[in-house]
Amino acid sequence: MTPSPAPTAALKHTPLHQFHVDQGAKMVDFAGWDMPLHYGSIIDEHTQVRTRGGLFDVSHMGRLMFTGRDAGPFLDRVCTRAIQSMTDGQARYGIICNEQGGCRDDVLVYRLGETEYLMVCNASNRAKLLEHFAAVKGDDVFRLEDTTESTAMIAAQGPEIMPLIARHSTEIAELKRYRFIRKNIMGLKVLVSRTGYTGEDGVEVIVSTDGFVARTALKMFLKELDDLGDTVRPTGLGARDSLRLESAMALYGHEITEDIDPLSAGLGFAVTLPKKSGDRFIGQDALERIQADGPARTLVGLSLDTRRAARQGMTVRAGGNDTGVVTSGCLSPTLGTSIAMAYVDRAHAAEGTTLAVDLGRQEVGATVVGLPFYTR
Amino acid sequence: MPSVNERRFTESHEWFAADGGVVTVGITPYATNELTDITYVEMKPAGTQVVAGEALGEVESVKTASDIFSAVSGEIVEVNDAVSADPALLNRDPLGAGWLVRIRVDDLSPLEGLLDQDTYDERHPVD
Repeated sequence: MTPSPAPTAALKHTPLHQFHVDQGAKMVDFAGWDMPLHYGSIIDEHTQVRTRGGLFDVSHMGRLMFTGRDAGPFLDRVCTRAIQSMTDGQARYGIICNEQGGCRDDVLVYRLGETEYLMVCNASNRAKLLEHFAAVKGDDVFRLEDTTESTAMIAAQGPEIMPLIARHSTEIAELKRYRFIRKNIMGLKVLVSRTGYTGEDGVEVIVSTDGFVARTALKMFLKELDDLGDTVRPTGLGARDSLRLESAMALYGHEITEDIDPLSAGLGFAVTLPKKSGDRFIGQDALERIQADGPARTLVGLSLDTRRAARQGMTVRAGGNDTGVVTSGCLSPTLGTSIAMAYVDRAHAAEGTTLAVDLGRQEVGATVVGLPFYTR
Repeated sequence: MPSVNERRFTESHEWFAADGGVVTVGITPYATNELTDITYVEMKPAGTQVVAGEALGEVESVKTASDIFSAVSGEIVEVNDAVSADPALLNRDPLGAGWLVRIRVDDLSPLEGLLDQDTYDERHPVD
């Protein structure tokens, strides 16, 4: 082992920070936030979410409110999905592209009302997006409020989550995927959506943390968690990563970056070309060209002939020639095999193709497999 | 000269315990805690001659892969197959059943330059 680096200073704390510390979490710097990596074992937490239920603090993610006459048209102009045409209470996953079609970020946009929208973005891209939105706002009339640090966001995921919720609220239990409801409980604003990033069923909850009522309610909620026993356990970012990887969900900085377009990333479902409304979005010209030509490289799943993990940046070869690069990899806790996602040249992207991954000191065989690796 | 089974530690988180001319090597609880869940262990096979400062093998966790370095020179006489078969054993019992290799050495003096238990623990407390 190499000696560990010195701790970094001045990390942001989520409203649940003390809870993580009390639970004995190993805390790490994640995009400037002091976040729980795990509470003992990443693999155990992963299995807990696949078999029962896990609770994730995702308060570090950006939460941006768009309010005003042009909020909808503006979002249609910066996002790859149709935003205004959603119904109230609906959310969509989309991409914020640059002019070249590369990904500035991947986001979830919620329609709260005709002139009111919420965007959840990656923590690492929040400042960049705020700058971008300010730069392209032009004469559009709307207010953009960054509510990240006045709210908390918690994901509850796993097969036992919805049955558990059904005991308390039929309204939430009956939510369809990518639908949400808002409640105002004694001054505490709560938004519950049937969304997630694990491949399991569940919800994500956003609550206001401004003021005494909100802080008290949050404390009561966390105290309640002690009584859930083994049904729902706190889960760290380590398991969040392996869960999303098994489910082949893109992670910004890995499968998608400013230099990778959503079509190459297999995110065609998150790109509406063209939108029915006729709205054109930033990056649409580039994406239309890429769609016409077909992407040169494709994101594929790899199953490796080893119990070692492939890591981001490792070279993929076909017949001794470089043909691609690994974006994410892990020893899949659910499957027990080494899995990876990688960009490879189109010629070597067909399922069943035999490739090799350079793990550093050894090269191991790998087979192209369909994505996702895991479905519930 | 360290007494029998008294552990010595490196700044790179390996431990060494001498018993006569055979030194058992492992990694510390601090190391396993930092690595998180260990998923793969591959040590050089028995019979390999190792030189102080060289890698004995690799330990891979959910997070990262790490070389394990030898502080002594000699011949690997035994590899702990139990940890290769069940890498999580290293997380459960790094100072006991999770040992990695045994090395037969002629010269134990390099161990004298390593950290003793108190100094190591003070520098690297397990949180």
